[in-house]
Amino acid sequence: MSAPEEARAAVLARIRGALGIAKLDRARRAAVARRLERHPRGTIPAQAVLGPAACASRLAEMLTKQGAEVARAATPEDTINAIASYLASNNLPPRLRMGADPRLAALPWKAAWDISRAFGPAEPSDKACLSYALVAAAETGTLFLVSGADNPTTLNFLPEFHMVLVKASDIVGFYEEAWDRLRGIYDERTLPRTVNMISGPSRTADIEQTIVKGAHGPRRLYVVIQG
Amino acid sequence: MAEATLSFKKAAANALADGELQRALQNIKTGFVAKRAAAKTKLPEFDALRTEARAIKDHTLTHLDLYLEAYESKVVESGGQVHFAPTAADARDIVLKLCRERGAKLVAKGKSMVSEEIGLNAHLEAAGIEVVETDLGEYIVQLKGETPSHIIAPAIHLNKEAVAAYFRRAHKGRLTSRRLSDVKDLVAEARAVLREKFLAAGVGITGANLLIAETGSSVIVTNEGNGDLTSTLPRTHIVIASIEKIVPTLEDACTILRLLSRSATGQDITTYTTFTTGPRREGDPDGPTAYHVVLLDNGRSDMLGGIFQDMLRCIRCGACLNHCPVYGTIGGHAYGSVYPGPMGAVLTPALQGLDHARDLPNASSLCGRCEEVCPMSIPLPAMLRAWREHEFAQGTRSWSERLALKVWAFVAKRPRLYHALAGLGVPLLRRLAGGRGRFTWLPFGTSWTRVRDLPAPEGRTFQQLYARRSREIANERP
Amino acid sequence: MSPAPEAAREGPLVGLFVTCLVDLFRPSVAFAAIKLLEAGGVRVEVPRAQTCCGQPAYNSGDREDAAAIARQVIEAFERFDYVVAPSGSCGGMLKVHYPRLLADDPRFAERAKTLAAKSYELTSFLVDVLGFTELDATYEGTVTYHDSCSSLRELHTKDAPRRLLANVPGLTLVELPESEVCCGFGGTFSVKYPDISGAILDAKLNNILDTEANTVLAADLGCLMQIAGGLSRQRAKIEVRHVAEVLAGMTDTPAIAASESG
Repeated sequence: MSAPEEARAAVLARIRGALGIAKLDRARRAAVARRLERHPRGTIPAQAVLGPAACASRLAEMLTKQGAEVARAATPEDTINAIASYLASNNLPPRLRMGADPRLAALPWKAAWDISRAFGPAEPSDKACLSYALVAAAETGTLFLVSGADNPTTLNFLPEFHMVLVKASDIVGFYEEAWDRLRGIYDERTLPRTVNMISGPSRTADIEQTIVKGAHGPRRLYVVIQG
Repeated sequence: MAEATLSFKKAAANALADGELQRALQNIKTGFVAKRAAAKTKLPEFDALRTEARAIKDHTLTHLDLYLEAYESKVVESGGQVHFAPTAADARDIVLKLCRERGAKLVAKGKSMVSEEIGLNAHLEAAGIEVVETDLGEYIVQLKGETPSHIIAPAIHLNKEAVAAYFRRAHKGRLTSRRLSDVKDLVAEARAVLREKFLAAGVGITGANLLIAETGSSVIVTNEGNGDLTSTLPRTHIVIASIEKIVPTLEDACTILRLLSRSATGQDITTYTTFTTGPRREGDPDGPTAYHVVLLDNGRSDMLGGIFQDMLRCIRCGACLNHCPVYGTIGGHAYGSVYPGPMGAVLTPALQGLDHARDLPNASSLCGRCEEVCPMSIPLPAMLRAWREHEFAQGTRSWSERLALKVWAFVAKRPRLYHALAGLGVPLLRRLAGGRGRFTWLPFGTSWTRVRDLPAPEGRTFQQLYARRSREIANERP
Repeated sequence: MSPAPEAAREGPLVGLFVTCLVDLFRPSVAFAAIKLLEAGGVRVEVPRAQTCCGQPAYNSGDREDAAAIARQVIEAFERFDYVVAPSGSCGGMLKVHYPRLLADDPRFAERAKTLAAKSYELTSFLVDVLGFTELDATYEGTVTYHDSCSSLRELHTKDAPRRLLANVPGLTLVELPESEVCCGFGGTFSVKYPDISGAILDAKLNNILDTEANTVLAADLGCLMQIAGGLSRQRAKIEVRHVAEVLAGMTDTPAIAASESG
């Protein structure tokens, strides 16, 4: 096996040789730097260029079509009520796992006094977890969830029931707008370890092309749009 | 060489006779084909996006070295490591070394065609490491001891009764009387079994649909969530991807993602589209502590700068397979390659050499449907023909085929000779048919007549008849 | 056949590219093509120095022989205003592939492009170039139409034959399910991989029989021989003809693979 530096040099050299690249390639470097810096957008689907109200309703429509359950909540109290009644109507114990997200902590939990909250990454025994979506793209009913202490990634995948809160003001029309929001949050730093674009509950069609929910990830996805 | 032909034809014949497979292949037509058409109709910008996606990939390929360097530096900046693997053997060794360093006894894998290409599982298993495929289709195929037959739907050729049988055999410690008659039952059992593996695995290995130079991210698209559990629960995450998976920016990824799932399954987007960038950050309560990317060349750099460069635009959507009349009748295994269908017929000879894949570029009617549906506008028929030209130049075709072509070309280049021979042969053929209008059998024509009748000629060549009528007309004139 | 109509003697000059299959197996297609073209107001000549478009060599990887044949075709046909072939695959060869084939030949590269620009498949020429759709034909029967791969994907022709068929009184057109799917001919593919070719053909035949049409038409004799051969093997009672025969009102000859006694 070649040493790492040799292997790297070998692959890059083969590429340059095949492309017929001469030593000095300032123009090429400039072209690459330019594209990375400007990150130009391609064609944006017209159906995803939407005003705020239309964004929220399209997000709800697409998520529903893709097998999620969606509720609208006008106020934080409504959000808590929606969460509580979802747990109750699905015969789930009044227990939720969530991360350290301050926006979730700030919800009026007193209104649902019997819900016990646990914090941190998901345990395999957790039935229901609650996450906060930083942004959502109405284009395809897609929630953007990022890793970290606020919303550990395992909350998105381990439990059978995944509940997500997203503010209506955080719903944009198309993907590029969502990524620009994330760029705004993360600045010049690197992205968080994981950005999950989630558009429905887990599903598979690998056996006889028959769609079944809950393949490995959550069987149910409940989204509350607040505002 | 002749051996390869025999095995392809034999495999194809078996596939044609396999009733279960034929039924499964029918599902592709009504499933993926119809759904892709519907998805395309719902997105008026589909063709504009295709044009842009092609330009993005062409730009990237002609600057591939620089984008790989940019990608690498971002991965390192986020706390990960990049390993270049010139060959399949290099890649296998790197992954094994990483697994050993971690003391991993169990590896969970998300779906990765590249890992099939390099034979990774066998290599790890030979070293005493258990490898579990977590994509449901791949898991089933692994239980059966087979390779996937479709790059998107690996178990498309199996029915639920077969799957139930493999589950009963492989999943120990469960009630034999348990119900496994519905697909739902099978999925529930797989979920439970694989959940244990996710939690126990020391290393998670995923492929990548895309690598993003701007951010040092790898992107996977799944519906199941297995790729995400694979890349989140084990303490080490290894991404294995081939070098041409790179795109420059997040926006470029968006353009291609809009085409990928619509072309593959007709979905506007898969349930989970995940961008991972490095290991867990300080303060992260979950996620792997080590992140490694293995970048595989294995013949791809040789394709740059030549007639097969366009093949490197492929995003592995499978649309060409779904629309190919040949794949649609013989399925994936008959191709004898990790990559079947039209894209496999072009890529396999490029990666493995023509000697190992001689039939693949020839077993095509060049109908062109693949190119028509390819989201990356890859000129597949032209590249299949290019392989045929390589093969012709090598002189490895059968002598009978070369002779027939030479004779045809010789005569076709000499119109007078052609017309003379045709003028004799055609009436003779007509006489052989009597008035029946067709041949059910013809000497030297059994390749045709074995499968269908051969219509008989009308009796004279057009040139003969036209000459005669022209003479008649000339005589009629005053 | 009567002499060309007066009007045609002034119109553009078309060179008919007969195609080898039509020349050898079914000349009536070429006569039908001539009748249609002259009715459309053009003069038609048939150069004798033509044999084949070169597809067998080209698709087998024998670029050299294909190029030699291409040069021969160019030399025989470049004096015409248009070149018309009753075949999508031969039309595609001239229009799409000759320029590629001869791109590196300094003597012929331009000439190939020039020829390509004026080469057409028959139905496309009638409708798209001549704007000619007034046919002098009737046909009692239900017809279904198979689109050849070359017509669809190399020449982008789908509407033209249908518009012409719509102008044949008595003819009912039933759309063929999956009409855009290959019939399995593919030239040498049909004899190199006959079992696969036959399996693809079976799917096409099922679709044809499902329409319950009594006639199936196409614009390519290769496809037609594949389809007719398959239907004949199944002893199916459905007529197979080239679309030109119906459009020209010349259907008193036996159908393809049909017994001559009718």
